[in-house]
Amino acid sequence: MNLAVALPILLPLLLGALSLLAHRRLRLQRWLGVLGTGALLAAALWLLRCVAREGVVVLHMGDWQAPFGITLAADLLGASMAVLTGLLGLATAVYSLATTPRGHEQYGHWPLLHLLLAGVTGAFLTGDIFNLYVWFEVMLVASFALLTLGGERAQMEGAIKYVALNLLSSMIFLSALGITYGLFGTLNMADLAAKVAAADQPGLLSVLAAMYMVAFGIKAGAFPLFFWLPASYHTPPVAVSALFAGLLSKVGVYSLYRVFTLIFTHDVGYTHEILLWAAGLTMLTGVLGALAQTEIRRIVSFQIISSIGYMLMGLALFTPLALAGGMLYIGQDIVVKITLFLVAGIAFRLLGSYRLEALGGLYRYRPLLGVLFLIPALSLAGLPPLSGFIAKLAVVRGAIEEASWGITFVALLTGLLTLYSIIRIWQQAFWRELPAHATDTGVLRGERRDPGLWLMYLPVAVLAGLILLVGVYAQPFFGLAEAAAGQLLDPQAYIDAVLGEARP
Amino acid sequence: MEPLMAVLVGITFATAVYMMLRRSIVKLIIGLTLLSNAANLLFFTASGLTRGAPPIIPEGAEQPAGAVADPLPQALILTAIVISFGVLAFALVLIRKAYQVVQADDLDQMKDTDT
Repeated sequence: MNLAVALPILLPLLLGALSLLAHRRLRLQRWLGVLGTGALLAAALWLLRCVAREGVVVLHMGDWQAPFGITLAADLLGASMAVLTGLLGLATAVYSLATTPRGHEQYGHWPLLHLLLAGVTGAFLTGDIFNLYVWFEVMLVASFALLTLGGERAQMEGAIKYVALNLLSSMIFLSALGITYGLFGTLNMADLAAKVAAADQPGLLSVLAAMYMVAFGIKAGAFPLFFWLPASYHTPPVAVSALFAGLLSKVGVYSLYRVFTLIFTHDVGYTHEILLWAAGLTMLTGVLGALAQTEIRRIVSFQIISSIGYMLMGLALFTPLALAGGMLYIGQDIVVKITLFLVAGIAFRLLGSYRLEALGGLYRYRPLLGVLFLIPALSLAGLPPLSGFIAKLAVVRGAIEEASWGITFVALLTGLLTLYSIIRIWQQAFWRELPAHATDTGVLRGERRDPGLWLMYLPVAVLAGLILLVGVYAQPFFGLAEAAAGQLLDPQAYIDAVLGEARP
Repeated sequence: MEPLMAVLVGITFATAVYMMLRRSIVKLIIGLTLLSNAANLLFFTASGLTRGAPPIIPEGAEQPAGAVADPLPQALILTAIVISFGVLAFALVLIRKAYQVVQADDLDQMKDTDT
């Protein structure tokens, strides 16, 4: 039964290997890509069902009991993140069928996609913090290669910053791991939680907490460590950008959630206060950056940073409601961001540009695309009845209940500015007339058929439908987030499940 | 032994950061290499140095006699070394390609995707 927790990691690893074996057979690789990510989604859903029924699902690799062996452990947060990984993998795989250049496919787009997903699910499901580092590296190496496939100048420039800063954060993470092991002699997260709670070295613990915070903060793109993100995320083909935008920075946020609810809760007033400041500044700088941009993908890249702020805010407030809201925000934001990138990709397909000044008339010729843009965009700004509204409402209410007026004000102001930045895209790319200097408009006007277009619309439509569904029919999703928050705030069940009878 | 190692780790970190702050991408990679070595050394030092006591169980015994070195950090560092080797190999290819595309090894000339 506990195989459920290993399957979401094993499947993409296996599929990555199979895709490598099918190196010369692109058709087979494509089938493996779509069916494999579909299977990943199914496996993750099965895992979520198991977790919802039985509580934390644990698997000790090689039957070495915790805390000696490597443990895989899935609670509601980890399992839901795995489900979202599968969903995004599938959406990107379908979208890639129509958009990925042939050269990229020949040089390993599909195997890398699977390995990236393996790294991401591994990070979500591991119960060992050194193992988390290893999965981070698996994910990063795959993302490095995906980012640089094609070798254009912008990609190289973006990749150097991406690689350098992510390596820096990995090394800070590794140093923190070394000190952790030196202090506590264990790297199993549940065991660490128990030992940290019993330790009496608050100064050293705070230093350690700060090291983890910086390492994961760089990966998450939190203020003031986010500069690599908007410099690199928009450079690869749009399907890859969408996957990065949806998933990668959220792995950093997930790690912060895990470490700062399970392990470092010894001095919440200190660590989480820093997180709260970081959250406010992250959302504000992100949205201000977005306002300064004139290219859709870069606007959305800055919006990623802004949203990271809301997620950190949920964590920093550290109340059940705020945590639930923060997690719901992570979940819905993953879907919103990928949908926005995919819509930008369709606009590029129709008009050949991502720049606002070269776009226009999209709503007139493609009203459906306009609707499909408005759903994630308004959800990003937090308008009802969309999923972003529910998540933002919960986070902001959490702040009001804690009487944190400063962060409440910043969050609401950011929402307003987000709306403005979305309206800019809408007004220029969709609402106004087609600019006179746009030459290649055959596809847009329907004079020329584009056979791959439906493959691009399909995932966008499904994801937009999901955003609407979560907004209108929010209760089960919010209930899930509340249950997950309950698990995070009371880690004893997690610790007991992992350590089991090995506890003294 | 520990103080010596601590000073060494500190110097390696400082050198790494200094190299990473230069404009040349070659120096950036050298800095990253030093940084990963520094992190590994830190791990090694922080998890305790035990000299001359390999963790080997004598034949016929159930457990080692006396205190022995902890083998786990060495295994972890080995993993970390392999990972950083792979990543740095990738980074080397990356800067070579970047040099070919941009025709400069100056980070100040790679600002097209910023702002």
